[in-house]
Amino acid sequence: MKGTLALALLVAAFLAFPEAFVPVLRPFAPEGGPVIYDRASLAGLTAAHVGLVALALLPSALIALGLAIWVTRPGRAHLLPLARAVVNFGQTLPPVAVLALCVPVFGFGAVPTLVALFLYGLLPIFESSLAGLSGVPAPTLTAATAMGLTPARRLLQVELPLAAPLILEGTRLSAVIALSTATIGSTVAARTLGEVIIAGLNVMNLAFVLQGGLLTAALALLIHAGFGALAEAARPPGARSSR
Amino acid sequence: MIGSLAASRPDGARLALGLGCLGALALPFVSVRASRIGAPEPRTLVEILPPGRLLAVLALSAAVLLALVLLRAPWARVLLSLLALAGVLAGIGLAAGPLAAEAGPYARVAPGAGAWTLLALLALFFTEAASRLALGPAARLGLGLVILAGLAALLASDLLAPLSIMVEYRNRAASFRSEAAQHLLLAGGSFAAAMVVGVPLGLLAARRARLAPPLLGALTAIQTVPSMAMFGLMILPLGWLAAHAPPAAALGIRGIGAAPALLALFLYALLPIVGHTREGLRGVPGAILESADAMGLDARQRLWRVEIPLALPVLLTGARIVLVQNIGLATVGALIGAGGFGVFVFQGLGQTAADLVLLGALPPVALAMLAALLMDALIACVPGPAR
Repeated sequence: MKGTLALALLVAAFLAFPEAFVPVLRPFAPEGGPVIYDRASLAGLTAAHVGLVALALLPSALIALGLAIWVTRPGRAHLLPLARAVVNFGQTLPPVAVLALCVPVFGFGAVPTLVALFLYGLLPIFESSLAGLSGVPAPTLTAATAMGLTPARRLLQVELPLAAPLILEGTRLSAVIALSTATIGSTVAARTLGEVIIAGLNVMNLAFVLQGGLLTAALALLIHAGFGALAEAARPPGARSSR
Repeated sequence: MIGSLAASRPDGARLALGLGCLGALALPFVSVRASRIGAPEPRTLVEILPPGRLLAVLALSAAVLLALVLLRAPWARVLLSLLALAGVLAGIGLAAGPLAAEAGPYARVAPGAGAWTLLALLALFFTEAASRLALGPAARLGLGLVILAGLAALLASDLLAPLSIMVEYRNRAASFRSEAAQHLLLAGGSFAAAMVVGVPLGLLAARRARLAPPLLGALTAIQTVPSMAMFGLMILPLGWLAAHAPPAAALGIRGIGAAPALLALFLYALLPIVGHTREGLRGVPGAILESADAMGLDARQRLWRVEIPLALPVLLTGARIVLVQNIGLATVGALIGAGGFGVFVFQGLGQTAADLVLLGALPPVALAMLAALLMDALIACVPGPAR
């Protein structure tokens, strides 16, 4: 927890006063070259990066969860093998390939990146929601029905709360993957921190590569920790770990 | 055949897929461009077929779709969906030939939105039917190889030759082969190195409980560094090595090229291998270890004859993750001059040449799927506790 807080403060300090970090990054920049990326503000790029990921993952999470709920309703058990087969297939698709394949269809800019992140985000969330919802013990469901809960209330009051930690776990995985994949979106002109990395690779300025890469990694670690805290809070009472 | 037709209620999911396919027939089947990077002009089946043949194609499609929706036996649907997929691919090639000849020497014909949708939906029909068969991993591998052989035969025939992606391939057949070899070298080499280093590390992490959290924590942190930056950052240590250690430079180790890409892929590969090795070894029941000791096995014998065989399925699951992941990630290596299929992807993105992007992006997808099939079959062959 303390480490996460320190990391958050470090990221905030770097975004607010990048110039203060010049001495640290100077050795990695070419002689006399710029040390801090200067074609756009790092804070602005970070906001655009996180915004892009959030914009892609929100519909991704809603649709994946909706599909998982739909497939796990009574009478649709025959759809489960198909759902699992599609998930297994999807997970062999490399994120770079998904992004590249979106470009011919959607052109350049933020749209193909958004679509690729949306598509790639579906799978982990769907898979873990499926595991969470189908993992609710049958006696629990019977008890809920016996208590007179309608199917809708049973879903909202019993199944979703019990499945929440796993659903959040899948969303966390999707978010971390999307955050990293979004950088590649800058090769097709999406506005993300990848822009800084590409600029660094183009002129062999490793200070740029470090800024872009470590900022993205720090964001991923922060989001990882954030979802971890959420999942811990969502755990039903009694099942909380003693950490 | 008649007996296997369901008379009562068609399956809802298959009905939806069938209706989707019907709709896709109305979408542009192919697109024609005046040049390699020209704007695509979509053409529907109605536009490219004379009325008589259009009617025949639509009647055949409707019959096949009806059978796919109504047929009860999964194996019949597997067979029919594969035939339909081959038929659509052949149809794209047949439609492309005359269109390309008519539109001039620089014109390109590519599958349109309708054809892609049709292929995707038919693939779903296939997946649905194949999942009903509940095949074992060996049978899945066999089916996969049959499909691969069919695809290879289709690619080797002249049927698809007029398609834009095939023109792109013929223009760079030599470099396609060398980049393919480079891609396999990057993915396979880093995989082998990560196995050699990762399995002993996993063993260490399983034996020394206090070592595991910092080791796994560090490896998890490595995973969060975006691949582009990771490839870029590897330039630093290897560039230094090349500048300060002449033997390294003589071996061809440089700041850019294959060496930093191999190192980056290796680092990404460590977490799944170390983590799964540790999980597998920790999963060996204590009672079995005790009886191994009671039988008089020394620590070394116990490891090789008892623990590793029992941990193998979990260990191989980690290896499967790494192999699939490396095949995809190796594509990014092209950004630092490491070669591989990414060369075509990033060249294509730079030239806004969609077919070049496809030429670079489709092979890694196919390779990753093949690797997954192979590893699944391997995991199933290994005796051990059920996963």
